[in-house]
Amino acid sequence: MSTTITTVDARGQSCPGPLVGLARALKDAPGGATFELLATDPGSKSDVPSWAELSGNELVSAETLEDGSFRYVIRKAM
Amino acid sequence: MAVTEDRIEDAAALADLLHRVEALEAAEIDRGRAVQKKNKMTIIAWGGNLDRIWPTTILATTAAASGLEASVFFTFWGLFAIVKPGVRITGENWMQKMMSVMNPGSAQKAKLSHYQFLGAGPAMFKKLADEHNVAKPDELLALAQDLGVKLIPCQMTMDLLGLKREDLLDGLEEPIGAATAIREMREAAIPLFI
Repeated sequence: MSTTITTVDARGQSCPGPLVGLARALKDAPGGATFELLATDPGSKSDVPSWAELSGNELVSAETLEDGSFRYVIRKAM
Repeated sequence: MAVTEDRIEDAAALADLLHRVEALEAAEIDRGRAVQKKNKMTIIAWGGNLDRIWPTTILATTAAASGLEASVFFTFWGLFAIVKPGVRITGENWMQKMMSVMNPGSAQKAKLSHYQFLGAGPAMFKKLADEHNVAKPDELLALAQDLGVKLIPCQMTMDLLGLKREDLLDGLEEPIGAATAIREMREAAIPLFI
């Protein structure tokens, strides 16, 4: 099993930039693929969980980093 | 005695059976009329102003990015937002031409409904958007197409305003009428009019 994590760096982008970037990265990936989304948009705190619920992908973790930015780990639905 | 009781039971069972058949038939009829909603968002883009076309394109791209089916039906002033950027004056007669001069085509040229300030308002808005890295409507429209959002022009408004298929952006769906727009909205769990 590979445990590669693809990074989507959406720092500095506003709504809906981070989610669109994430969706594009996920598009051609196989089910179960893992991604980390880096963002600075405070709206992402509510938007990423909403996106996960809508799209059926799994939000594995959400954390605020030391510099105040956000890191989300997402697993693509099978 | 036993025979009579059996008959009564049979009659009761039959009545019960008939009752259940009736209920099933009624449910069948209901099923036929009931609307099956899809995980879909349909926006009627009626307004061509920047402060309408912007949320329209943000919602459409986000819906598609979230795995929803998404379609946008462009009608009236909304139609000018999907005119090709290079196209200047459209229409056959002077009225249609005047309409196009007053509503310059493409999302890039959309005006604000408030604080237009002879163009300074939208310019300020776009400067702020640049500073905050917010994608602009024309970029969002391209993104929407890329994400598979169906962009559908209204045939009647095209005729009314003298807009031809070649005046509009490439990659749009075939123009449709009101009934098809209603069908799109009926099956969408989220129908919006912006």
